[in-house]
Amino acid sequence: MTEPALVVEGLHKTFTLHTQGGIQLPVLRGVDLTVHPGECVALTDPSGSGKSTLLRAIYANYRPQRGRIVVAHDGGRVDMAGAGPRELLAVRRRTIGYVSQFLRVIPRVPTLDVVIEPLRAFGMPREAALERGRALLERLRIPERLWSLSPVTFSGGEQQRVNLARGFIADFPILLLDEPSASLDAAGRAIVVELIRDARKRGAAIVGAFHDGEVREAVATRAVTLHGEEAA
Amino acid sequence: MSAYNFAFLDEQTKRMIRRALLKAVAIPGHQVPFGSREMPLSYGWGTGGVQVTASVIGPDDVFKVIDQGADDTTNAVSIRQFFERTTRVRTTTRTDTATLIQTRHRIPETPLREGQILVLQVPIPEPLRWLEPREIETRKMHALEEYGVMHVRLYEDITRHGHVETAYDYPVLVNGRYLMRPSPIPKFDNPKLDRNPALLLFGAGREKRIYAVPPYTPVRSLDFEDHPFTVERWDRMCALCGAADAFMDEIVVDDKGGRMFVCSDTDYCEDRRGR
Amino acid sequence: MAADVPLLRARGVSKLYGTRVACRDVGLDLWPGEVLGIVGESGSGKTTLLGCLSGRLVPTSGRVEFMLRDGTVVDVLQLPEPALRKLARADWGVVHQNPRDGLRAGVTAGANVGERLMALGARHYGRIRAEALDWLDRVEIDRERIDDWPETFSSGMQQRLQIARTLVTRPRLVFMDEPTGGLDVSVQARLLDLVRGLTSDLGLSAIIVTHDLAVTRLLAHRLLVMRGGEVVESGLTDQVLDDPQHPYTQLLVSSVLQP
Repeated sequence: MTEPALVVEGLHKTFTLHTQGGIQLPVLRGVDLTVHPGECVALTDPSGSGKSTLLRAIYANYRPQRGRIVVAHDGGRVDMAGAGPRELLAVRRRTIGYVSQFLRVIPRVPTLDVVIEPLRAFGMPREAALERGRALLERLRIPERLWSLSPVTFSGGEQQRVNLARGFIADFPILLLDEPSASLDAAGRAIVVELIRDARKRGAAIVGAFHDGEVREAVATRAVTLHGEEAA
Repeated sequence: MSAYNFAFLDEQTKRMIRRALLKAVAIPGHQVPFGSREMPLSYGWGTGGVQVTASVIGPDDVFKVIDQGADDTTNAVSIRQFFERTTRVRTTTRTDTATLIQTRHRIPETPLREGQILVLQVPIPEPLRWLEPREIETRKMHALEEYGVMHVRLYEDITRHGHVETAYDYPVLVNGRYLMRPSPIPKFDNPKLDRNPALLLFGAGREKRIYAVPPYTPVRSLDFEDHPFTVERWDRMCALCGAADAFMDEIVVDDKGGRMFVCSDTDYCEDRRGR
Repeated sequence: MAADVPLLRARGVSKLYGTRVACRDVGLDLWPGEVLGIVGESGSGKTTLLGCLSGRLVPTSGRVEFMLRDGTVVDVLQLPEPALRKLARADWGVVHQNPRDGLRAGVTAGANVGERLMALGARHYGRIRAEALDWLDRVEIDRERIDDWPETFSSGMQQRLQIARTLVTRPRLVFMDEPTGGLDVSVQARLLDLVRGLTSDLGLSAIIVTHDLAVTRLLAHRLLVMRGGEVVESGLTDQVLDDPQHPYTQLLVSSVLQP
């Protein structure tokens, strides 16, 4: 049995809204999750239950109150819940890829450059990175005439596909997917399934929130809820 | 018997100025402040030069004064008479026999010798003043050798005119260290500063600064590698003596635009003409 | 190739004006290639802190250490003035909020960009000019303007020129004080994008002081939030902006107008 890529232990995350009288929202109340390379774990909680929160916490975008989030990184282990900023940035550059629901668009940067940016951290020469980027954009059916434009003016579906390209372009050992098939049509969803399967095949450990039942069926090796029992 | 002390200045003042001169000689190109005295000529007419001369002149000196190269202009005559009255020292118009020469705006064409002293009159001693009005700041810049900005001035000239437009008072680097204004001598004379066997002293009376270039000190005019320093050239010879390698004055001779070119250095010209 | 020594380290930096506390007990580390944002509103002490870090203000107490190119670490506050000026010339850059504070007036754009090169010994007119043209391209100023005076430029162009002038000598650390302050919004976007590209391409380290969270979102890896002279929160930029912990940070984040 290989070492797990990701181990979440006793994770608690509560939001305290000081601007609203200090009310507290406990979202994660002791989450445990272990993911091995090659697995794709689907979170099946209903909307608003904290799936995004967990994904963001793993990415260290949210800071948990309690618990550990141990990832295998560079031959060692890093606890995302306690690591310093430099380590977190290093893990994000080379170990954990995150596909959020939204593409944060930096104006004026052409799509192709947006997409290949994660490859810089791996030291890939620009030409090779561009080739990979073009291939992936083609696969995701973004027309070539859009590659030199900034995604600012793209439709929701197009932006999502650029988002996916950026998320899947590098061979991250861990992938966090937050509704990757949102805004996509059936063809788009099919490509998402392919990308996830390819990632699994190369040994990525994947955790995802999949609203679409079909996609979930097609990619998940396991389905769990945040606080409970494994679903079938 | 003159009611004045020898060379007009009292001995304490001379001592103070000589101390400043020694400091200046010890740090070639570096401006040394001194307690400039009121002299019987206005600021801007050579009070600095006169004070330096007055501090170094001795009874055995042979003194020459030139103004724009000529011994016979009003200012040169005034200053020469001033020292004649206050020192009774022998005066001359000949560069080769003078031991002490005060000058405004030229360096004599006749090469100077070891043992001679040349005193130059300086209006504005600070080469960075065009850029930085604050004295505190320019002193720091000199102390820290922050001279890159002087090249900005040259850069601007080349950009605007295709060449460095500065024709006189062209900035130089003395002994590889201090940036200096050589006084409003034409850039034609700058090469004469370099490793001159004579002692060169600079006095600015209004600005109260003294500086010096000791004998044989390297002095380099600022330039760019691809725009090297060049001197003026005339395509004609002196109408009086035929010299082709001296700095020329252009003289208008009639009201029809007639003009002639003659050496600015009158002694040099006379000498060539065999007196 | 991260060394284990930060590029800049500050500890316990405090600046008091009489009894008024401008900033108190601030510590931070900045690593090579990192951009650190310092956010806060007016009076938060962020500009004072920047002044203390860049040697322009003398803090009342504290220590600021900087790692030189050869790896030695110097105590910035103990450096004699000549050494500090030399350091500032060779290794540091400052981008002022008002570009006129960072440009030389009465001197062409090309000379403004070339000046630092000349200050470091460049003596070939052609090459200096070529480099100035190259930098004008990088900051998206029309090459035709190289011989114009900055006084004839728009404020956005002046700011871009200031950036070119500062970065031409590849300083290892750049201090920026409200680099987009006073600029029209569209102009800001362009400038920010430029700065983002340059810091990334040149591997610059930077400390950016701003009141504008959008600037930090785009440019900074890490953030310090200041209020009343103290650091109330710090972390990765996305952490601080997406999951603010301190009440003041939450207020700041929630106050940003969404168009």
